[in-house]
Amino acid sequence: MNGIEHLPPWAAVLTAVFLLTGAAVTLIGSLGLLQLSTFYERVHAPTLGTTLGTVFIAAASMVYFSVLQTRPVLHEVLIVVLGVVTTPIALTVLVGAAHFRDTAERAQLGEPVGRALPHARVPGDAPTGKAG
Amino acid sequence: MSQLMLTYSLLVAQVLLGLAIGCGALRIFLGPRAQDRVLGFDTLSVNAMLLLLTVGIRTGEALYFEAALATALFGFVGTVALAKFLLRGEVIE
Repeated sequence: MNGIEHLPPWAAVLTAVFLLTGAAVTLIGSLGLLQLSTFYERVHAPTLGTTLGTVFIAAASMVYFSVLQTRPVLHEVLIVVLGVVTTPIALTVLVGAAHFRDTAERAQLGEPVGRALPHARVPGDAPTGKAG
Repeated sequence: MSQLMLTYSLLVAQVLLGLAIGCGALRIFLGPRAQDRVLGFDTLSVNAMLLLLTVGIRTGEALYFEAALATALFGFVGTVALAKFLLRGEVIE
């Protein structure tokens, strides 16, 4: 049971525009996740959906329910705050883990460890792989 | 007229978000390394949360909002747990 027929036209148009914008932005971010070539580039793309896409779709939901119930419905702000706060934490931990794995793998292959991060190289450090 | 436009745009938004979920799932299947799969899982959970919000607008029930909130929370906890597992080999030290 929905109340779309009780919605005034301006609210319907506003909800539709917010919904389409949010969904399109999210899809663009997810396509970036699929298309970009390295992991460190791919990390950036889906955050488009977690910030801008979430804000737009939550705004659409807020407009729709506020107009239908003739009172401010603001609990979608909770989802926006949750997404904006948790996404950087999760992705920072994930990129730290990925960089740790890349560094360990490069050290195992005997390549210089500090190519990505120059300060990670210790001056007197013998490369691994040579028995010392 | 504008109500019809809202109905169709709800449908289009659901299709777009479904495609975005498909992109995340494809990255889980294709991902060359484990961190790519974790990133795909994170994207998939966020997109599923947005799809739940859209379904909530379509049906007009506030129940879907709570499901979306729970999905967002579990997606964050799952991503952090998987990243910690990649980092150390254990989730809780």
